[in-house]
Amino acid sequence: MKLSTKNLLGIKDLTPEDIQLILSTASQFKDVLQRPVKKVPSLRDVTIVNLFYENSTRTRISFELAEKRLSADTVNFTVSGSSAAKGETLLDTVNNILSMKVDMVVMRHSASGAPHFLAKHIPAAIVNAGDGINEHPTQALLDAFSMTEKFGSLKGLKVAIIGDIMHSRVALSNIYLLTKMGADITVAGPPTLIPKYIAEALNVKVEYNVKKALQWCDVANVLRIQLERQNQPLFSSLREYNQAYGISRQLLESLGKDIVIMHPGPINRGVELDSDVADGPFSIILNQVENGVAVRMAVLYLLANREN
Amino acid sequence: MKTVFLSKIQYVKTILTEQQIALIVKRLAQQILENHLELKDTVIIGLQPRGVFVSDRLVKELRSLLTSNHVQYGKLDITFYRDDVRKELHVANKTDIPFSIENKNVILIDDVLYTGRTTRAALDALLDFGRPAKVELCVLIDRRFSREFPIQSDYTGKSIDTFISQKVKVYWKERDGREVVELI
Repeated sequence: MKLSTKNLLGIKDLTPEDIQLILSTASQFKDVLQRPVKKVPSLRDVTIVNLFYENSTRTRISFELAEKRLSADTVNFTVSGSSAAKGETLLDTVNNILSMKVDMVVMRHSASGAPHFLAKHIPAAIVNAGDGINEHPTQALLDAFSMTEKFGSLKGLKVAIIGDIMHSRVALSNIYLLTKMGADITVAGPPTLIPKYIAEALNVKVEYNVKKALQWCDVANVLRIQLERQNQPLFSSLREYNQAYGISRQLLESLGKDIVIMHPGPINRGVELDSDVADGPFSIILNQVENGVAVRMAVLYLLANREN
Repeated sequence: MKTVFLSKIQYVKTILTEQQIALIVKRLAQQILENHLELKDTVIIGLQPRGVFVSDRLVKELRSLLTSNHVQYGKLDITFYRDDVRKELHVANKTDIPFSIENKNVILIDDVLYTGRTTRAALDALLDFGRPAKVELCVLIDRRFSREFPIQSDYTGKSIDTFISQKVKVYWKERDGREVVELI
């Protein structure tokens, strides 16, 4: 058994069997993380560079922990304090790093397609840790892992993805993954933040009324409003967004059923999620973060095998 | 012994029949009890995935021999401890050790002892769960003279001499429908 791909650029390229393999391997790694010694020697001889051209807390720490728990050697690269600030191109930077014998590259970049570009030019395995508004595959995998843990299977699960669909790579990766695994998806949010024709292109339902979407779903994956990617105002104010599309305790209690709340982080408290929802009993946000390490261990472990 | 003619170059030789396997499991259980009376401070750990077929039978036998019925039995997966991650990818199985191995005598159970690499990885994996007082190895088949590490079994079902080009296949009733050990 192995993955059908040599890099993890996006969920788009994975088969349902790949996804299943990653999730089942992740659950074994989750067991490892509960042991007194939370570390295995699998990637003892593998060197991984974490290339972060964009800010990140969770993903970066999660990848770094995953690498360390697998006994890989890691090198961190951040754009501030590097020669990229002096104008070195992406390909030059990576080729220079690779000449120091690096086996894998974990990369986040604000340009969509940056890891795909690299994959064409370098031999090392590339793991996409988020590229612009395209994909964030490991986030979708850990979301799927958390949902499977809660519900047993993804097949027929009703998932609402709520918020800034337009600028969210988490949304796109989630839609690809959930579709492949047979879940039902509704995207919800203000019309200005939902791409036109998304229903036709990706075969999802579209709902502009958040309450209706919540009433329909088993799980709500609430996304962050990505102000840094919006170069024109797409809604009038954060307060108004919160009034119309934010999720409050009151709204959840008015549904008359229990749903699970997820969020990829970082949360804009009081905008897309109120604090008493984010920290409340319906939320599995911290489980998602915990599962992130196990899922990333699985991805790195499965991609390290490249000699055949 | 029975030799079956398969093709011009491939011979299948039966090493152990179902009956012999059952007898060997009985004997191994007796030998273990001889050294570990009542299995006080002794735990049994089967190696995933194939050693578990042996350890399941052995533990059943031990439970029937002991009056107290107290056998601590765990399963250990060593996939993440292998030294050949880059060459071959193995699918991980469940590790389930629901007790502490600290200061216990651990008996590792596997089906075939060949190069010793699996056992080496198992020792590494085991030590991550604590510091056992003693570790012993029990195998159904020992392929002598093909070891790549200084590892020997303490309880051996049957020792056989093989070429590296040969393969030892172990079939189990619950998985393959028949119970037999063959040399190909």
